[in-house]
Amino acid sequence: MVPEPEFSSYYGRPVVKPAPWGDDVAIYLFLGGVAAGSALLGLGGQLTGRPILRRNARLGALAAVSGGAVALVKDLGRPERFLHMLRTFKVTSPMSVGSWILSAFSAGAGVSAVAEIDRLSGDRLPLGPLRKVLNAVEGAAGIEAAVFAGPLAAYTAVLLGDTATPTWNAAHEELPFVFVSSACLASAGLAMVTTPVRETGPARKLAVLGVVGDVAAMKIMERRMDPVAAEPLHQGKAGAMLKWSERLAVAGGLGTLLGGRNRVVAAASGLALLAASALTRFGVFEAGLASARDPRYTIEPQKNRLAARRAAGVTGDAITTGS
Amino acid sequence: MGQLSGPTDPTADAHWEHNHPRKGFFTDTSICIGCKACEVACKEWNHNPQDGNLELLGSSYDNTGALGASTWRHVAFIEQGQDRIAEARESGRALVSLGMPRIGPPAPAATDLAEADTTPPDTADFRWLMSSDVCKHCTHAGCLDVCPTGALFRTEFGTVVVQDDVCNGCGTCVAGCPFGVIERRSNGTVKVATSREDQHAGHPAVPNAGIAQKCTLCYDRLVADETPACAKACPTTSIKFGDHDDMVETARERVADLHAQGMTEARLYGANENDGVGGTGSVFLLLDEPEVYGLPPDPRVPTADLPKMYRRAGMAVAGMAAAAALAFVGGRA
Repeated sequence: MVPEPEFSSYYGRPVVKPAPWGDDVAIYLFLGGVAAGSALLGLGGQLTGRPILRRNARLGALAAVSGGAVALVKDLGRPERFLHMLRTFKVTSPMSVGSWILSAFSAGAGVSAVAEIDRLSGDRLPLGPLRKVLNAVEGAAGIEAAVFAGPLAAYTAVLLGDTATPTWNAAHEELPFVFVSSACLASAGLAMVTTPVRETGPARKLAVLGVVGDVAAMKIMERRMDPVAAEPLHQGKAGAMLKWSERLAVAGGLGTLLGGRNRVVAAASGLALLAASALTRFGVFEAGLASARDPRYTIEPQKNRLAARRAAGVTGDAITTGS
Repeated sequence: MGQLSGPTDPTADAHWEHNHPRKGFFTDTSICIGCKACEVACKEWNHNPQDGNLELLGSSYDNTGALGASTWRHVAFIEQGQDRIAEARESGRALVSLGMPRIGPPAPAATDLAEADTTPPDTADFRWLMSSDVCKHCTHAGCLDVCPTGALFRTEFGTVVVQDDVCNGCGTCVAGCPFGVIERRSNGTVKVATSREDQHAGHPAVPNAGIAQKCTLCYDRLVADETPACAKACPTTSIKFGDHDDMVETARERVADLHAQGMTEARLYGANENDGVGGTGSVFLLLDEPEVYGLPPDPRVPTADLPKMYRRAGMAVAGMAAAAALAFVGGRA
């Protein structure tokens, strides 16, 4: 039995500092997921002969990843130094690994989307002899983007998990599953909004799989987390956003299942899914920042785990020692 | 890449090819008088700007608040009554009786403190805890691990320093520090008090705005074989500076002395290389639980779990790819 912790703090001031990240980062979490899932749908469209799905997914991937990258750069303390992200590769830094994933993904997504734009404009882009090159590598670029799509959707979960921010850190085992599921349902939702229903069969399936994964992973995550560190997921603004996220995901999933072949229902469901994903990202993001601002979420779980280790006879690994 | 957790020599891990001893602080809070000379000396030497506006925080004599981008030493003030003193004595006694494993010869003090004279050597019904907090320069530094640009690096002294011209202010290190030390410096918060209205010389530009800032253990002084500004200025030798091994040994002797004097509330913070950050470069002697001083009771460097996080992320990526493949098989829906 773990004894009740005696909670005291230094004038109620935070122990850890919240990341100095604004809404831009939460927007990136959302857009990165949309881009990743769209690249997978684009490749599927490319390989199974669904040209409108392919085109719209590729354009969606480029728009989302561009918007996300702009948000990321804007959030830097020194935006003019954004290229410093690529001056080294550090496997211990999820931000470094992620910067390279984002760069690699953007290359493939960019080339394949430019090919679509060129086609849309009736070969009017001033490409000259490069048009032949573009047409030759377009398919490979779609594959390359899809290869980096999964890592793009998942690394942000590691980025948040690998911090001392109590709620994010406590969620580190399940958060990747939440984020990839959210990416699936959001990108499928975008495809259902932009693309006629005759080509969105796979998107509808991906949407339903995403909803099931998202709701299940979130529930498992909340159950397996430290109960104190999980509290911010249910409180205040973050709690409200995550509650609505689940409702919209379920509604969007049901709409997809029951009326996904109707253009209007499909588009409405797609919008619900996009909103659900955005709310998931903002909710998790805000819950973490809130957990860093209140010393209780740092001190109580740490005191509990220390007491539990001592109760189990492990006494050699505490930072506080009597000698 | 060096190891991610557990006891290690951080300079060797960082591939420095020499036997330079690791440097560190031992901050003995039992002899701190709260004069804040360390805060002032640090500000002056490092040209750190004013932190926010001048205001009274209502927390005893602490109007600094916390460590931050422009505050690299922070003196905490805690006022306690008789009950809390008794509790601190008990929690300290419990720590001693845990019988921590240690390296080197056993401390000279008696390990059984049941018989120790616990008559308070000073005022019995009130005490003032004063403690000068600083960057811990961890063996496994969360900030350094997660820095994507390489701006944070391990020096030849085993300390952790930001390269101002490399950092792009991404802020990952701020969330990565288990002690809430490093912070991104904002600009525009500096107000300079001028003596006369007509002498507004304009606000001095804030140096290094928008990038992560923290204690460098006075890297510029160490390379010149000088003592860091805070330790140099400390009038009571509460802040000691030297080779890390010597600091830990001094800390162990001091806590044993205090125990022998009946001050069972004395305990060390950061002297155990088996803790969650592999031991800290800055060791503290505290007179109550760490959280009372605003320190985390069981910090753990997040990167220690990074291999597991990458594995979980890999599984999630596989799941996403499988879901996408599943969505497209089975012909046209």
